[in-house]
Amino acid sequence: MTGRPAKVMPPALRPGTRLLHELAHCRAGDKGDTSILSLFAYRADDFPLLVERVTAEAVATHLEHIVHGEVHRHVLPKLCALQFTCEHALGSGVTTSLALDTHGKALSFALLALPIEPLENR
Amino acid sequence: MPRHKTIRIGCGAGFQGDRIDPAVILAAQGRLDWLVLECLAERTVAAAQLRRLADPDQGYDPLLRARMTALLPLLKRGRCRLISNLGAANPIGAGRKVVEIAAELGLPLKVAVVTGDDVLDRLDPDTPALETGQPVREFGPPISANAYLGVDAILPAIATGADVIITGRVSDPSLFLAPMIHAFGWPLDEPTLLARGTVIGHLLECAGQLTGGYFADPGLKDVRDLAHLGFPFCDVGADGNGTLGKVPGTGGMITLRTVKEQLLYEVTDPTAYITPDVVADFSTVDLIDLGEDRIRVENADGLSRTGTLKVSVGYRAGFIGEGEISYAGPNARARAELAGAVLYERLHHDLPDLRIDLIGVDAIHGSDFGHRSDPWEVRLRAAASGGTRELAERVGLELEALYTNGPAGGGGARKFITERIGIVSTLMPRDAVRSGVVRLSTDRALAAPAAQGTEGPAMPGAVQ
Repeated sequence: MTGRPAKVMPPALRPGTRLLHELAHCRAGDKGDTSILSLFAYRADDFPLLVERVTAEAVATHLEHIVHGEVHRHVLPKLCALQFTCEHALGSGVTTSLALDTHGKALSFALLALPIEPLENR
Repeated sequence: MPRHKTIRIGCGAGFQGDRIDPAVILAAQGRLDWLVLECLAERTVAAAQLRRLADPDQGYDPLLRARMTALLPLLKRGRCRLISNLGAANPIGAGRKVVEIAAELGLPLKVAVVTGDDVLDRLDPDTPALETGQPVREFGPPISANAYLGVDAILPAIATGADVIITGRVSDPSLFLAPMIHAFGWPLDEPTLLARGTVIGHLLECAGQLTGGYFADPGLKDVRDLAHLGFPFCDVGADGNGTLGKVPGTGGMITLRTVKEQLLYEVTDPTAYITPDVVADFSTVDLIDLGEDRIRVENADGLSRTGTLKVSVGYRAGFIGEGEISYAGPNARARAELAGAVLYERLHHDLPDLRIDLIGVDAIHGSDFGHRSDPWEVRLRAAASGGTRELAERVGLELEALYTNGPAGGGGARKFITERIGIVSTLMPRDAVRSGVVRLSTDRALAAPAAQGTEGPAMPGAVQ
């Protein structure tokens, strides 16, 4: 509440936009001050859409009020998975954070709140 | 030549406070060769070190007695061996306690304790922290420094033939990999085999998180009988590939989805997962659904281990003061926000990192992502760190004072004070860390109930 910028929502979204929560499941983990978000397409057919839309930049923008460092993405085609490492995301780390969720365990569902616009020509 | 066709390793605890009944089911019905209990997180060791400083006989897992009392009779009956890191900051003390409990139960038992992870006496205060590059001394007075030992420290303990192997800080997957190496005689310079065993260890180490725990999302990811979640095991072959499973009739499930979530859990680089034993590549893994809660895990790859070991350094980091109070009904959010503003005004000069959250609004995600709502109930939470207990306590005192001095209708105030232990990581050359094994047994205790277990001092790299 205090000292945080108000979250600005993106401009009007195209028809067919869905919440990432409908397309993928996610588990969050932590190492020090880094949050690790593992994202998995429910259906292999949707994986190219996730690769296109859920970029490191998109995640960094979506979570900009939480992640204060860089976001890196690994693409894992065999698992239809995207792995994000989000640096400086846990208020200095699990052991010293003042946050209620010191591990950032619930950030998985912050990522799943990302709106996903459809690909062109679909 | 392999001495076994497959071995079955189960995981009976995935964190310090984990349930005991699923481990009992595994030990009684799982037909295990090995039961692993993974009970240590980064902070657990430092917290245990504080307990040991207060009482030299303490510092091991507080649930040790409950776990051992439930499991030791079953393990002896099933000829299953146990390996666990519940030694925490006092592995030898833990080993003595296991022997004492076995003697009370009238069970003859051999225990081997892995020593050498405590490297506080060798910690160079100028060594840089991996997190920030600053020298570790700048974070605060160190209270613990524990190296993540690998299989080379655990194997000599297994070789003693002990029923129970107790460790302090070791890498979690190493707890599982060591029995595989022991059974199959894998050379320690075969990174592919070590990587395959490491992947299986990594999948098992969080216990219920593989079998449908931390997974359910009703309507999208449903899990059957979550209240009676079973814990997993793996049948590992001499080629390092394995089949995951759980005891029939237990709750939960093992599916490609549950296994994938755990495969990548807490992995910063899936192509280079660094343990003391190997650098494993998870991106090559094949997962095959065999049905009926069985998933085949094949083809992990890896590179040789690095020349250093990771060391977790715990330091005193002052105190955290917290307080909470609830507002409900008409205008609840506005009343909670006013209470927050009052707290901020009264505290932020003395407690500059004061954090104020509205639980039910934005406490967890820091935003509602545009899904604005006025909830019926809001819980205000305040938290700040203080160098002294007295300073940190001001958060709770000011919060409680909202009863008679704050907005209308506040209720359910609570306050908390916690000593804060910070953790930073650093690296240490392997040759600076010397592990050892201490053997204990019930022999004397069962022969003459008054006597203590046998033991000797830890010798670097030596089995006694």
